[in-house]
Parts: sequence; structure tokens; C-alpha cells
Amino acid sequence: MTTNPALAIETHELVKVYGETRAVDGLDLAVRTGTIHGVLGPNGAGKTTAIKMLTTLLRPTSGTATVLGHDVVREASAVRRRIGLTGQTMALDEDMTGLQNLILAGRLQGLRHGPARARGEQLLAAFDLTEVGNRLVKTYSGGQRRRIDVAASMVVTPELLFLDEPTTGLDPRSRSEVWQMIRDLVRDGGTVLLTTQYLDEADHLADELTLIDQGRLVARGTPPELKASRAEGVLEVQLVDPARRAEAGALLAGAIGASVEPDSDSNPSRLSVKIADADRAARALGELARAGIGVEDFSLGKPSLDTVFLALTGHSTLDGTREEEAEVPA
Amino acid sequence: MTSSSTEARPAAAEIFSRSVAGAQRPPAPGPLFACRTFAWRTLIKLKYVQDHLGTAVVFPVILTLVFTYLLGGAIAGSPREYLQFFLPGVIVLSLVASSMMSALTLNRDIATGMFDRVRSTPIWQPAVLVGTMGGDVLRYALTSVVPLALGLLLGFRPDGGFSGVLLALLYLQLFTFSVSWLWMFFAVLIPQPTAAAGIVNLLQFILLFGSNILAPQQTMPGWLEAVVKLNPVTHAATTTRGLMHGDLASGDLGAGLLACAVLVVLFAPPTVLLYSRKQR
Repeated sequence: MTTNPALAIETHELVKVYGETRAVDGLDLAVRTGTIHGVLGPNGAGKTTAIKMLTTLLRPTSGTATVLGHDVVREASAVRRRIGLTGQTMALDEDMTGLQNLILAGRLQGLRHGPARARGEQLLAAFDLTEVGNRLVKTYSGGQRRRIDVAASMVVTPELLFLDEPTTGLDPRSRSEVWQMIRDLVRDGGTVLLTTQYLDEADHLADELTLIDQGRLVARGTPPELKASRAEGVLEVQLVDPARRAEAGALLAGAIGASVEPDSDSNPSRLSVKIADADRAARALGELARAGIGVEDFSLGKPSLDTVFLALTGHSTLDGTREEEAEVPA
Repeated sequence: MTSSSTEARPAAAEIFSRSVAGAQRPPAPGPLFACRTFAWRTLIKLKYVQDHLGTAVVFPVILTLVFTYLLGGAIAGSPREYLQFFLPGVIVLSLVASSMMSALTLNRDIATGMFDRVRSTPIWQPAVLVGTMGGDVLRYALTSVVPLALGLLLGFRPDGGFSGVLLALLYLQLFTFSVSWLWMFFAVLIPQPTAAAGIVNLLQFILLFGSNILAPQQTMPGWLEAVVKLNPVTHAATTTRGLMHGDLASGDLGAGLLACAVLVVLFAPPTVLLYSRKQR
């Protein structure tokens, strides 16, 4: 893959306007070839719209987008020949079996029936679906549907694979299987662009991340880079006795010189404080011990991606999750 | 979903390596291959979807029996007499009902991600419409042969003989192809599957019962006769009857062919246009 240009995807000032709404509003994306690139953002941030433009399904209102060296508008068919797509809604025919769906996907890429079938069986095995391969998709569980859907976009190994929220609604095991397939694909020289709302997915899977909000780029970098961009870490303390939370909070705040964050996870015995250096954390824990406040557990960590996102945009990545889920047809 | 099948999982290299035959990108499929792919899909679904099989086989049988024995005597004097008039009509009726199925499939594809996946592949895009309709030819053949065989068993005696019946069946393939553009048009126009199905069903009901399938239009009040004469289904039924009984007036044949032409000219271009512009 060394002959490929360094960037698999490059957009400049990409805009998509629907009536009054600027779904994508001047997005500059750069995705390096041979990497897993995560696009992270809340619902309505423009992730799906951006993917649809990059996969030639939507025509940009303005701006340019180049995919594998081809312009998505002028050279749409060249782009289509080299990409794979798993959209947010299932691209499956429920009245066909899993294997038949894979054969259909293979034939759409130009495979003859025989090779499409052989490839389908190979993928069924890879995604642990061999046993249900000859059952109608309408009898599948949510996880099985999602896996066959992802498998269908890999029937012909794409140079660039787009995955729009590939693990939404998957159980942990199916999720790790999909993750593994994505890593395998990239190891062999492919590039993957995936959108996600799951911070841990972005954190563990993506080599590089683009955070977007309201159709615009907010930040770009590797997960460690993004976290390091917010200098302070977080000290989390779990108390034995929740009744002494206020007292402990005051002590910690005094020792560290920062305010205690109101804990959002409603656990009355947990406290978290932003912290600049580890020495102060040790001192603060000492203060708690001297005051006789029992500490059950503590952790000192870098901020999560959500903290980063919150700091950059003023809201969490999880805003509006329910709204979009309601749109997905049952 | 046992752990043993996980262990049997092929290695990554085996799945994605470009040396594996299946993983390599083949040359882009030609239009004919793309059409055959969608025709294949249509036939596969015929096997699994009870709806399809029901419309193709069960529906015409029930219709023939109910109308012939329940109402035939009242309408034409005797069931056997009515059968001579009604049977060509029941074939038209079954075919029109059956012709909706592919449009409803297309409509569901658009509502789900299938449409996006198909459009992000390098195939000749009209294959979705053309190939699907091609696959329907076999379904239509089945749909027309079932009531015909039943009719012959019950005493339907076409005066046009074998060649007349064959010509009628060929004409019906043309007519069904033409009328399916009408359903395709609504399938592409209306995004919600339930709404599309509702409108298509309503329209089908009007087309079928506002025609001369069940009774000759000469027996109707003048205003209704005028409406019925505008209905393409009426002309299809008249042409089918005429061909089967060997007494088709050339004017009626012309009207039957004109009905097909009008349906295609009115609905095929906007359907193709709407489909290719979808979501742009």
C-alpha cells in the first residue's frame, strides 16, 4: 500500500445544507491511509451526513472531498469501486437468509455467484454466524443482524471502509468481534473511518480521532494527544461512609486547591477532583486519613474523552442519544 | 453461537489478504449481470415470502371459486357461463395484485440501508428496477397459470384455443410490466413503507373494482361506464378476453396496447428520475 497517497480522505470546507439546517458546516477532515479513524460527536453533529457525502450518496452543497485520490462528485464511480459502507440502518433483506444477503452483497461488487457464495461462507465463519447462515435474517437477534451487516461491507476487502456506528446495540462479545475484524482489516493495509458515540470505542479502537460538533471540526489527534490537551488529571475517591462526603470534599479541595466536581453518576460516596500533579493527590489522601475518613478505593487518571469533549464544546458527546435511536426503524 | 465455532474462526490474513480469491476486487459488474443479480433476488424471495406465494397462488384460487360459485349464477345465469367471462378477468386481477410486491420491496429498501449500500456499489443503478422486473416475469407466469389451470378444470373453454391463450398470456406480461411502473412510482415517491403500502393497496382496489373485470361495463350506469372505460385495467381485461376467446376487435387490441404505452410513458420516466435523484 506504499504507493497510496498519505491521506485516504481529505475534505476542505465541506458543507451540506438542508433547508435552514447546516448539517455539515465547513468540515475539514484528514484521514491517514492505513489507520482506523474515529469520528466522535453527539447526535446531530453531522457524522452520518459527512459519511453519506464521502460515500457518494449525498452531493455536498459546497466544498471538496477527495476519497482515495478521487473527487466524490466528479469521480463518484471510481470512489464506489474502492469503498465499502455499513450505514446506521441495516442494509439487509430480512426475507433472505444471512448467506443470501452476503451473496447479494458480493454480486453487487461483481463477484460471480460461486465465489460470492464461498466468500459469504468464509465471512459467516469469521463472524461466528455459520450456524444461522441459512436462516432468514428476520429471525436474527440484533447482534447477529449487525454482524452480518458489517460482514456484507467486507465481502470484497475494501481499501476504505466506512462504518457508521458499527457497534450500536451490540452485546459486548459481538462488539469485540467487530472490533477485531476492523483491526484485521487495517492490519492488511485497509483504512477504516468509523463514527461512534461510544467513548471507549473511540479510545480503544481508533488510531486517530476527529471530534465534531454542529457540523464542524472541534479537535483532531490521537486519543492520548487529545487527553493530554487538557493538562489536569482527575482524582477519584470512593468513601466508606457517604455521610462524610461533604467533609471529605472540603478537605480535598483545601489540599489540592481545586473545587470538587459535583458527581454526575449520583453515587453519594464518590468524589472527583481535577488535579494538576500527582504529589498533591498523595497529600490530599493523607489529609483524609488523618481526619479518620475511610477511603474504600481511589484512582488517579487522565481525563476521559468525554471530559475533553465537554471542555471543548460545553456539552457531552451523549447529548440527544435517545432522539436518534427512536428514528431507527424496528 | 458455541465457543467451538469461535475457535474455528479463520485467521485475519485468510479473510482480508489480497491473495485470497474471494477478497480481491473483481472487475465492475456489467449491466446484464447486475440485472440478473436483482432478478435472482426476486426469485429467492418468492420462495421465502409467504405474501408473494399467497398473491401468486392462493389469492387467485380463492377469487375464482368465490366469484364463480357465489356470484356467477346471479351475474351471468350460471357459474359455468360466468366463468367464460370472468376467468380472463381473474387472471388480470391476480397479476395486478402480484405486480405490487416488487414495488413494496423497493420501497422497503429505500426506507432501510439497503438502498444506500446498493448505491455505494459500482453496479449499473437502473438494474435495481429493471432486474427486479425481469425476475418478476417468472412470478407473473406462475400467477397467470394457476387460475387458468383451475378455470380449465372448472369448465372454462377458451374459443381462441391454445394460440389465443398463449397470446393472451404474452400480452398480460406486457401489461403487468407496464402497470408495475405505477406501483414503482409510488414506491419511490413515498418514503414511509406503511404509507406507500396503504396508497398502493387503495389504488389497486379502485383500479380492480372500477373496471369490467367482474361485470361488462355495458350493464353499468352511464357515468360509471365512462369511468371504467378510462381505467387501463378495463382495456387489459377486454384484450385478454378477446384473445382467449378469439373474438378480439382490432380496436380493442389497440386500446389494450395503448393502455400499456400510457402507463409506461406516464410513470417510468418520473420513477427513474426520482430514483436517481433520491437523497441528492
